[in-house]
Amino acid sequence: MAKHFGRGFAAVNYPTGMNLGGDPSQALVHATPTGVFSVVLSSVDLGQGIKTIAAQCAAEVLGLPVENVLVDTADTDTGPHCMGTFASRGTHRVGNAVIMAAREAREVMLEVAAEEMEVDAADLETDGTGFVKLKGSEEKKISIMDVALAAHFKQGRTISGRGMFMKPRNYPDPETGAMDPDSAQSHACTVVDVSVDDETGEVEVLKLQSVYELGRALNPAMVHQQITGGAWMGISHALYETTEPYYPDRSHGPVSFSDYLMPGPSDTPPVTSVVIERPVANGPFGGKGIGEMTANSPIPAIANAIFDACGARVEELPITPERVLRALDAARETAVEA
Amino acid sequence: MASRIVTLLVNGTPQEVIVRPGTTLVSVLRDQLELTGTKRGCADGSCGACSVVVDGKAVRSCLIPAETVDEAEVTTVEGITPVGGLGPLQEALVEGFATQCGFCNSGMLMVATALIAENPDPSDADIMRAISGNVCRCTGYHPIIRAIRDAAAKMRGAQQIAAE
Repeated sequence: MAKHFGRGFAAVNYPTGMNLGGDPSQALVHATPTGVFSVVLSSVDLGQGIKTIAAQCAAEVLGLPVENVLVDTADTDTGPHCMGTFASRGTHRVGNAVIMAAREAREVMLEVAAEEMEVDAADLETDGTGFVKLKGSEEKKISIMDVALAAHFKQGRTISGRGMFMKPRNYPDPETGAMDPDSAQSHACTVVDVSVDDETGEVEVLKLQSVYELGRALNPAMVHQQITGGAWMGISHALYETTEPYYPDRSHGPVSFSDYLMPGPSDTPPVTSVVIERPVANGPFGGKGIGEMTANSPIPAIANAIFDACGARVEELPITPERVLRALDAARETAVEA
Repeated sequence: MASRIVTLLVNGTPQEVIVRPGTTLVSVLRDQLELTGTKRGCADGSCGACSVVVDGKAVRSCLIPAETVDEAEVTTVEGITPVGGLGPLQEALVEGFATQCGFCNSGMLMVATALIAENPDPSDADIMRAISGNVCRCTGYHPIIRAIRDAAAKMRGAQQIAAE
């Protein structure tokens, strides 16, 4: 009748994108008359932050403050095609498409500015605060708002760009089975400390620490937020969630959130995360995907920590108190037999 | 049973609504008063997304028949949102990256509003207890707990300045 303490870890390599059927996303960028740039996408932001990342990518290329970029994901009927926000592909695919579109728009923007300033477009650069300026000069510059106004009402041009990212469909080699199904892989390792009560079978996650290598963290705050949220989801999968606790028997299946168990705010341990950045050549500013993988490594890490704590090896999810107690019984029986 | 008139003070504005028996408060707020900031989640009281403040207490508006709160004072997320801006709790959620999909936010905000009104200096344990009936599927709760703590501190600071 005691609490046992243990530590477990698990590592994960996770693909960015999944080009089993071709994996395209497209983006359109255009200047409004005020010099605010619109990025049109069909990629849905369901809270993971793709609108923020798209705005950052466009602003970086166009030389604008991020506030001067509007991301429009309003309508998948009329927007440029996106395969979808899944497979940790959003930042990588959509980011690349936005960068390509913004580069094309930037070229036109510099041509319009060059005509206004009566200089060569090749001699112009952006300063990141919303101005196009002559390289090497601090005085000779024009605001991007004035460039947009000139394009619309004087020169009669659209400052716009088209972008797409597509990694062509890849088939497995019939001889070896080898294939190229993704664009990059992110890596992570999670270390978990748990306590296991051998009387009740209850597992408490005491601490969860992760380290991630994800190319470049385009938005570090959002990366850490994904890791924290994903850690919770991993704990939830490992210890709580199931629709059919006695599958295939439907009995005790949850019918509402009051019996579909998930960790509440006080069941969530301290979570720390460290990010290592090794920019990947084919990523937007070196970024790879992180979304889905954050829920992965906590699960085996928790199972390993339970084994380390009390010798119970549970191979089914979720690791409920009942399963822990049955595994402890099995471990004792094996010990007696031996 | 016949419909009846229910009078509510919603976000400081007197409202009269005609309700059939059993009409829930969330239906009155969303469908009749068009205050759609309050979210309809599970409809059985187990997710907390529809939380509003009724006479100073956070309640799940999907469980409350409107006729049982006649004459009550109701505050929804619209009631804590200044025109053209955000209240201190909302600001803290944004600053602390405590929103992802956003569906739990209104409920969390109203539970936190009731908590801070009753206890201006809540501990993390107080905050966890207060939001324990509110499900968040995205954030892992840590950023929400931090945001409520930060907002409470900011609101205490503002009160102190106002008092001085």
